Amino acid sequence: MTTDRQPILQLKEVSKRFGGLIAVNQVSLEIYPGEVVGLLGDNGAGKSTLIKLISGVYQSDGGQMFYQGKETHFSSPKDARQQGIETIYQDLALCENLDASANIFLGREPVRRTLGLFNQVNREYMLTESKQVLDQLDIQIPNLRRPIRQMSGGQRQAVSIARAVYWKARLMIMDEPTAALGVPEQRKVLQLVKTLQERGVPVLLISHNMSDVFAVADRVIVMRRGRKAGELVTAKTNANEVVSLMVGADQTQTESPHN
Amino acid sequence: MKVEEAKVLPAKLRQARSPLELIGQLWAWLFLLLLLIIFSITGQGFFSLLNFQNIGANMAIVMIMALGQTFVIISGGIDLSTGYVMGLATVVAALVMTNLGADWPLIAVALLGIAASAVAGLVPGFINGTIIARLKVPPFIVTLGMLGIARGIGFIFSGGQPVSIQTKGLGQIGNGYLLYYHPDTGLSFFNLPQGLRQEQLREVTSILPHPLTIMIVLVLICHWILSRTRFGQHTYAVGGNQEAALRAGIPVASHTIKVYMLAALLAGLAGVLYSFRFTNGAANAGDALLLDSIAAVVIGGASLFGGEGTIVGTLIGALIIAVIQNGLVILGINPFWQFVAIGVVIILTVLIDQAKARVLK
Repeated sequence: MTTDRQPILQLKEVSKRFGGLIAVNQVSLEIYPGEVVGLLGDNGAGKSTLIKLISGVYQSDGGQMFYQGKETHFSSPKDARQQGIETIYQDLALCENLDASANIFLGREPVRRTLGLFNQVNREYMLTESKQVLDQLDIQIPNLRRPIRQMSGGQRQAVSIARAVYWKARLMIMDEPTAALGVPEQRKVLQLVKTLQERGVPVLLISHNMSDVFAVADRVIVMRRGRKAGELVTAKTNANEVVSLMVGADQTQTESPHN
Repeated sequence: MKVEEAKVLPAKLRQARSPLELIGQLWAWLFLLLLLIIFSITGQGFFSLLNFQNIGANMAIVMIMALGQTFVIISGGIDLSTGYVMGLATVVAALVMTNLGADWPLIAVALLGIAASAVAGLVPGFINGTIIARLKVPPFIVTLGMLGIARGIGFIFSGGQPVSIQTKGLGQIGNGYLLYYHPDTGLSFFNLPQGLRQEQLREVTSILPHPLTIMIVLVLICHWILSRTRFGQHTYAVGGNQEAALRAGIPVASHTIKVYMLAALLAGLAGVLYSFRFTNGAANAGDALLLDSIAAVVIGGASLFGGEGTIVGTLIGALIIAVIQNGLVILGINPFWQFVAIGVVIILTVLIDQAKARVLK
């Protein structure tokens, strides 16, 4: 890709092996501000391992990672999150017994002093701030005091996204965000991805669902057997081409080492 | 405009509750009210200030233990050791206070007794929490083990016998009242009005027995901690989804340790209150109280799976148990029926809870 903008994240020939298995093999990629990049691949293609390398769950065995122009090494998911890489997992990581605002502020609850002595959680602030960020993202949750348990899958997804946005995510990694959702909810989540993009937050979207990826992604990166099988601009490709990359039907492209 | 929005918000949020949900939340209150009405009509002397204060003073020890248990259960655990930790604390407090004896001023003896019982609680609490949080052993097993250890040490320290406290005046702390009122002398604090004749003493109204006052203070503190502080919020988070709490940066392990220390500290304080009230220490003093305290938490709406529960709920649960016990005694019913009645209430609570969950889904 030739762009004069600086990529927010750049991987250079990153590898990860588990014993004899090379789960991620010299993968390079760039993600630019305001871009939605789809990550596609069959089961076991190395998608999950790759995002875990980016989000700090795993540490790479080789290659380099540049984040906001600087070479970076995340020692833990917490480390990555502190620097603005938010990962939204399939299992969502929400406390179902707490309400939306409590989840948005989970672990970072604002406090205020009462009687000049005691620190008390500032719920009014949490509620108004949550309401604001949800409004910005055009997410409707009728009753903010309801526990997450009583919300639909799409609303839960939305709360996770709102949390990431509120804490100023610089890069959002979404792992199968539309799996286990009904069709209208899927649409809503994809709309949120668009909203994030408009706000300049790049999204790395992992999905099995090709139509999802084609609906929102600017580019697709296809993985196969730990390697990057190809990189395509969504506007200039079609599902057939992507599938053939995924299964390795097109020999010339699979064989040629990328970059 | 933003300020306006903030003001309107809470009112808007409150209204969207279904009537069924309200009944689900309020049934324990209604049940308590029903019990009070039934016993007031049928029981001679049930409806009186004296009897209500009795109920309050008698439930104080169980309630204080239940406060700590509430935190533990909300965090997704259980502490089976609080009964015998409380017993151990009575023994330790009794030994310390008896040995200090008359050489020390009363207030110093009492404070050292409280400090001793706090230590007797905090040590097992710290061990419980550390093994559960750091070594990942299920709380049921760890606290069952600690139950045995505390029980054994309690009997070893006391030589198998209750330790009686000889220090004069300590009994007043456990059995006195905050206020005394007599039509002639007016109000007096802590002590009976001076210079009253024998027949006048009968006209004295005593208000707020010390165990009840102590319980109320601890209930308010625990309610504030659980509902208003980050500590409370994190307790709910850890019980709701430990993984999510961890990912959100909540120090789950050290939080768990603190929760078990808090439970054991409160068991220790319940123990020293027992020592003041009965002027002795007995290793098995809390044996029967453990299940009552857990029952209070469960009747109060806490989920044994963690994440749900309130101090107010636990208070209602403890009140229901205490009112049943007191009412049945006043009615002259065989005391063994108390166990049956409380058992029925516990099962009923869980059934109502499940029905509620089905309706809301």
